[in-house]
Amino acid sequence: MISVATKNRIKDKLFEYWGIISTLIGIVLLVVFMTDIFMQGVSRIDTTFFTNSPSGLKPETSGIFPALLGTLWILFLTASISIPLGVGAGIYLEEYSEKNWVSTLLEINISNLAGVPSIIYGLLGLEVFVRIMGLGKSVLAGALTLSLLVLPIVIVATREAIKAVPDSIKQAAYALGATKWQTIWTQVLPSSIGGVLTGVILALSRAIGETAPLIVVGAAAYIYDAPDGVLSEYTVIPMQIYTWMPDAREAMKVNAAAGIIVLLMITLVMNGFAVYLRNRWQKKIKW
Amino acid sequence: MSEKKIMLEARNVDVFYGEFQAIKNIDMKIKENSVTAFIGPSGCGKSTFLRVLNRMNDYVEGFALRGEIEINGEKIYRKSVKVEELRKEVGMVFQKPNPFPKSIYDNVAFGLKIQGITDKAFIEERVINSLKQVALWDEVKDQLKKSALALSGGQQQRLCIARTLAVEPSVILMDEPTSALDPISTSKIEELLHELKKKYTIVIVTHNMQQAARVSDDTAFFYMGELIEFDKTDKIFTNPSMEKTENYITGRFG
Repeated sequence: MISVATKNRIKDKLFEYWGIISTLIGIVLLVVFMTDIFMQGVSRIDTTFFTNSPSGLKPETSGIFPALLGTLWILFLTASISIPLGVGAGIYLEEYSEKNWVSTLLEINISNLAGVPSIIYGLLGLEVFVRIMGLGKSVLAGALTLSLLVLPIVIVATREAIKAVPDSIKQAAYALGATKWQTIWTQVLPSSIGGVLTGVILALSRAIGETAPLIVVGAAAYIYDAPDGVLSEYTVIPMQIYTWMPDAREAMKVNAAAGIIVLLMITLVMNGFAVYLRNRWQKKIKW
Repeated sequence: MSEKKIMLEARNVDVFYGEFQAIKNIDMKIKENSVTAFIGPSGCGKSTFLRVLNRMNDYVEGFALRGEIEINGEKIYRKSVKVEELRKEVGMVFQKPNPFPKSIYDNVAFGLKIQGITDKAFIEERVINSLKQVALWDEVKDQLKKSALALSGGQQQRLCIARTLAVEPSVILMDEPTSALDPISTSKIEELLHELKKKYTIVIVTHNMQQAARVSDDTAFFYMGELIEFDKTDKIFTNPSMEKTENYITGRFG
């Protein structure tokens, strides 16, 4: 006869092992994938890979120059569009809007938008930006589409960061004669900027990995020049990987693997920066 | 002693939070350069009444006020009054020290900077004067650039008072300013009140009966939203007119 205490101990242990196994599965799979990609692609990574344009005829000297620049353009434009809009909406919802059914509806909508499949945003972008606004297959249309995609994330992150600023600080500012805007600008935003930036960077690092919506709004499969303006044609790294991948030639697969390494590195650096910012601001501000 | 000027006057003030009436028909006159203590059990309306005086309740949902409040000759609930202007005239110190997560200097300078004052020498002089008035100058004069959050609780609260003084208000409202502090910091702030009342009119909410007796000239006893008794502090604590007041200050309820 096993005592209840022993039974409970066994359950406890079982649950612990279950937790360890679950964690390991994720990590092991990731390590296997990364090693595989690294072994395949690292030989291709040299300066020419970054400076050359892709070529269907000479896979060995193909590079990601236009795609890399395209990604940077997209990153910059998406940030310039989504940060002011997203942070502005977050501030409004947290500090200005009155609690009524309109604001509740708005909030539910924004949370839901964060979960909409990205291809749907692509279709929206195709109709609104590419066709109605007549932007065509431009880098601006791509950036606008991705801005829609990341806006909900930026808004939610901004609201969470603002919510974390203690009410006592706002009261102190009001009591000294500050207006609402002065309070937000001089106290609320500086105190929550770490959280806001963390959210923004995570949202952007999601944006640069997106392929589906950009296929819909017309990122090019093969392009030889970097964009030279907001209305020029473009491609991005994940798009480039996507076009190299199905090619039968071995050298193209190597290129794809090398492209994946570059994309992973960019994402890693951005996420690392987000973590750094979060820690830095957490240390600086203790209420 | 000559009769002092009336700094603050409330007439037939009712305050509502939605359906709930928090303040019932209060009349009160507070004299210039005096310390007035608001006492009473929790939920009696004393903090609500204090926060009505610089319109900090404006942000509370369902807040409504009836009656008239006049500070320094100005009817503060008139439409034409800008709350920001009012709050420069009527400063406030809170229960928990709430310095901004900025340097000591920037904390005191904040109220001036938001007024658009850019004259560095002027700001610096005000900062130094304010810190001296709260007897914090000697302790922090070498570390003005340091974060205010590194100060002790008592120092933080004196910094918050200095921050209020820098704007040069006429009235300072204090909402249980020492309830989060140790006895030594508390006595420092009480000493400060004696100094400050020479220049300012002070209203202080306190749960500490001895503190009210020590620091105030007049005392107002609130109960269930009503002003039960308002008189000289000596009178309230030695020979109150109302039975409720006596019961409260002798600790029989509350």
